Amino acid sequence: MDKYVTVAELCDELSLEVAAGEEGLERRIGTAEINRPGLALTGFLKYFPSERVQVIGRSEMAFLSSLPQAEAMERLQRVFAYENLPCVVITRDLEVTEDLVAVAAEAKVPLLHTTLSTPRLIAKLTSFLDLRLAPETLVHGVLVDVYGIGILMVGASGIGKSETALELLKRGHRMVADDAVEIRKIGEDTLVGTAPPLLQHLLEIRGLGVLNAMTLFGAGAIRTHKRIEMMIELEAWQDDRSYDRLGLDENKRKILDFELTCLTVPVRPGRNLAIIIEVAAMNQRLKRMGYHAARELSEKLMSSMVEQDD
Amino acid sequence: MAERTVTVSLRTGLQARPAALFVQEANKFSCEVTLEKDGKSVNAKSIMGVMSLVIPRGAVITLRAQGNDEDQAVERLAAMVSAEE
Repeated sequence: MDKYVTVAELCDELSLEVAAGEEGLERRIGTAEINRPGLALTGFLKYFPSERVQVIGRSEMAFLSSLPQAEAMERLQRVFAYENLPCVVITRDLEVTEDLVAVAAEAKVPLLHTTLSTPRLIAKLTSFLDLRLAPETLVHGVLVDVYGIGILMVGASGIGKSETALELLKRGHRMVADDAVEIRKIGEDTLVGTAPPLLQHLLEIRGLGVLNAMTLFGAGAIRTHKRIEMMIELEAWQDDRSYDRLGLDENKRKILDFELTCLTVPVRPGRNLAIIIEVAAMNQRLKRMGYHAARELSEKLMSSMVEQDD
Repeated sequence: MAERTVTVSLRTGLQARPAALFVQEANKFSCEVTLEKDGKSVNAKSIMGVMSLVIPRGAVITLRAQGNDEDQAVERLAAMVSAEE
């Protein structure tokens, strides 16, 4: 199993009460999917997704109480008997019956209890598990929020990423992480970056040492996380390398199997990188709104050529 | 100074992408290169300048270069625009 959340962590996060089966709190949850075991309680256990968190709501409870007690016990025992069953949650503050407690305790499966309604609990469970189980990677770079666009700056050590972040902070933009950015893929098309807990709000400037962006620039200067929309690679200017002059074609770079738009910006003394990054962010917003300067120029040029031909 | 007048044979003319390639090539030389069409002359190393001339297929342009590698520059750039592709 790759990534997992223990049932104990889940209880802490969603303030679930443990009604029985404390011995099983170290059981692992490896999927963000949730199951309502109604069909399993009717005795149909083929395809029963036992690895999922099981949520018992009003209809399951009503069904159980409609059965003769011995039969209800037996059905529950068969569901709780799965080795990989992480936990069972009772919603809506429904009464936890003695039978349920007995079965859970015997199987050592945590039986949890919440006042939330079933749909609310499922929504919370899914978003918590999605976040915690999302694929994750650590990238050397700086993540900033410039005009609402999350920009991941990457490039060799000492190229000036942190200095650029500092200049952007001075200009009223926000920093998420300096030097190390934890990136999670949430859903199919969203990358979200955060700072590793230890490094939150901190940046390092050669000659000054470690600085705290929040105490220096105020609470408005930092963000805890931000969706990453583009990547800007800073590299030392090389005369023999050609840089994009048009911006017609987008380069892509893969992070966690997601293709991120990537610009390569050459660095040399006298180039104000902060301004270039600000403009890149604004240009990205324009593209998102449907205006593409390079494309428009290219189209105009083509139609001028046709006119000349006529 | 090296100079050559050529007819542009590129199928699409110097549209944005070919113009960018042309400018990229021009930038590989250290000499000054200009491109002239209909009496207007621009720096061949400037993408905006080259596009502003609007050079379709069949246009006649004059390349001029001055500097160390002027001959190679004119030859290379002339070959580039007179190629079919």
